Amino acid sequence: MVKTDLLALLVPALPLLGAIIIGFGRRRLKGNTAGMLGTAMVALGFVASLLLFLGHDGETHIVHLFSWIHVGAMDIPFAFQINALSLWMMLIVTGIGTLIHLYSIGYMHDDPRMATFFAQLNLFSFSMLLLVMGANFLVTFIGWEGVGLCSYLLIGFWYTTPEFNYAGRKAFVMNRIGDIGMVLAMALMFYQFGTLNYVDVMKQGGMMATGNPLIVTATLLLFLGATGKSAQLPLLTWLPDAMAGPTPVSALIHAATMVTAGIFLVVRSSVLFQLAPYTQDIILWVGVATALFGATVGLFQNDIKKVLAYSTVSQLGYMFAALGVGAYSAGMFHVTTHAFFKALLFLGAGSVIHALGGEQDIRKMGGLKGVTKTTYMTFLIATLAIAGIPPLSGFFSKDGILASTFAESPLAYGVLVFAAMLTAFYMFRLLFLTFFGTYRGKAHPHESPKVMTVPLMVLAVLSAIGGALNIPHIFGGHDWLKTFLGTAADGIGMEHLELSANTEWMLMALSTTLVVLTIWYTWTLFGKKTTLDGDTADMPFLKRLIAKRWMLDELYASLFEKPYGWISKHFFSIGEKKVAVPLTVGTGKAALGLGEWLRKVQTGNTSFYLFGMMAGVVILLIITYFGG
Amino acid sequence: MENVMTAIRVVPLDHYLILSFLLFSIGMVGALVRRNIIIVIMCLELMLNSVNLLLVAFSAYHSDPGGQIMVFFIMLVAAAEVTVGLAILVLLKRNTDSVDMNQLNRLKW
Repeated sequence: MVKTDLLALLVPALPLLGAIIIGFGRRRLKGNTAGMLGTAMVALGFVASLLLFLGHDGETHIVHLFSWIHVGAMDIPFAFQINALSLWMMLIVTGIGTLIHLYSIGYMHDDPRMATFFAQLNLFSFSMLLLVMGANFLVTFIGWEGVGLCSYLLIGFWYTTPEFNYAGRKAFVMNRIGDIGMVLAMALMFYQFGTLNYVDVMKQGGMMATGNPLIVTATLLLFLGATGKSAQLPLLTWLPDAMAGPTPVSALIHAATMVTAGIFLVVRSSVLFQLAPYTQDIILWVGVATALFGATVGLFQNDIKKVLAYSTVSQLGYMFAALGVGAYSAGMFHVTTHAFFKALLFLGAGSVIHALGGEQDIRKMGGLKGVTKTTYMTFLIATLAIAGIPPLSGFFSKDGILASTFAESPLAYGVLVFAAMLTAFYMFRLLFLTFFGTYRGKAHPHESPKVMTVPLMVLAVLSAIGGALNIPHIFGGHDWLKTFLGTAADGIGMEHLELSANTEWMLMALSTTLVVLTIWYTWTLFGKKTTLDGDTADMPFLKRLIAKRWMLDELYASLFEKPYGWISKHFFSIGEKKVAVPLTVGTGKAALGLGEWLRKVQTGNTSFYLFGMMAGVVILLIITYFGG
Repeated sequence: MENVMTAIRVVPLDHYLILSFLLFSIGMVGALVRRNIIIVIMCLELMLNSVNLLLVAFSAYHSDPGGQIMVFFIMLVAAAEVTVGLAILVLLKRNTDSVDMNQLNRLKW
């Protein structure tokens, strides 16, 4: 027990220590030293998580550090909750985190602010660990805000470019909208249950009736928080812009870990969500709509990272769709496999960008297959995995989601299969345009150093075999991940899948066939010959609309930004200039004028002062005598 | 001590009041209108002593020694005050070669 406490403390403490040491010593530390130190801290955190995982006995341990807020009836300890769900997330965060830290040593090697970068990466790891380990909503919320902050810092890491700062601010503001939901949900739960501890809230909440308006409100607010962090409609526009950050950041934060925080939160509170069918419906359809939205936009993007960003949005949509039908384990499984292959895709993209000296436009790539062999091979594996080709990891996780969705709503299933076809299309378009054909750019491509390719290879292996974690029964597996996570989140225990084996086989065959056909179609378009998109102006209407991301940014601009700007402008010209300024400046001027006038009383004539004193005494006497 | 008390009580209280009022008024008017700083200081002393007189008279009539103790305090303060006042007087004389109080008109904004 003591060992568990110590290890659980070490897991977040090590990256925090790293962040502090590197952060304060960033001017003295060499970039490489900082990188090694940062990587080592996260790697040690991974070892500690692994030890915890191996010694896990299926029980929920609360590691009480200290009593944090203790006012009246409010008692919020600073505590960690160690159970299957948090352990699983800890392994993902530290495991993938270690690989990405390692990769960053190579990717950032000539950046003058490399030490700062690693300090922020470590701080991010710490916040994310706090988020997944917290034993109550408030500790989770610290981590929640912490990852938001680090995301902002890292998106705007190259702060000399104004657009990057703008992207950072956008992410911050979008997340803040979601955070309001989270704060309100916490207030509501505290009001109702008098505690924020997950264990107590779930115990008390679980006894309430299904569809209780309070639970529905609380879950809706929690989901609002989740949409902000996990980039779901309508709060998704920040994620594609977040690609302004260095590529390892995109891999770590905007693909593998931070964006899964919303899914984690929903799974953590699955008991409550299970009691709110109304919220679940909303989650399902938001997820489905986001999956479709992301997939369509991904079709015609020409920036390698933007394609992957919209792909992330789309895959997160899948995860939420799974949560919406109550298939929490399927959602978590997809979180896991997605962490493998999306991190791999981003790091591969980073390797390509690195090879081409900063080029991100896939129209200026091509033919890299022969030059960057390792990158190509790993990228191919990741692409096959995300497209859902058996027996790679993505096939199992996506199939799990599709099957659960089919049992609940065939319409949602249809949309998701269509999105899966689109996924295959845009991913293979990306693959073909980047690695096949002839090179269309002007740089001199070269393979990345070992420190970058080794993480790629590790992730490629994980992407390939990751599906083994949760092999469903019809393949003779035992749903290991589902059983494991079932000990932690009660919602997973309530899952049930009512599909006959035949139906499952049929669904799998259908989606796989469609995906393979799509890949063949993509090959004819981009593999054999190279079809490049010209300017958006020449495209037909629908294609142009999609290429312009359904005009979502423009819609928000005219719906919110412009009215807000208009209001601000008028508040400035009327409220500020005509009311506030005259009021404050007027007060100052009045005091000055009064002083100017009153100082004439100070004549310097001593007799006059004496007279004034006497007159004052006389007046006071008269007042006390006659007045009182 | 007792005979002093008796001696004070020989004169009616009203007379003390009137005398003290007159002394105080003379002192105040003198302090206000005179320009010679020596006279002004003297007038201040006059005002203090008119109050002393009143205190002693009331003390005797009320058989309360507190009033007489108060007088000692006032004397002490007056002594301290007059040293400061005379020091100012000496400096004024040295700097301006006059004892006119209106020379001290630089005490202003």
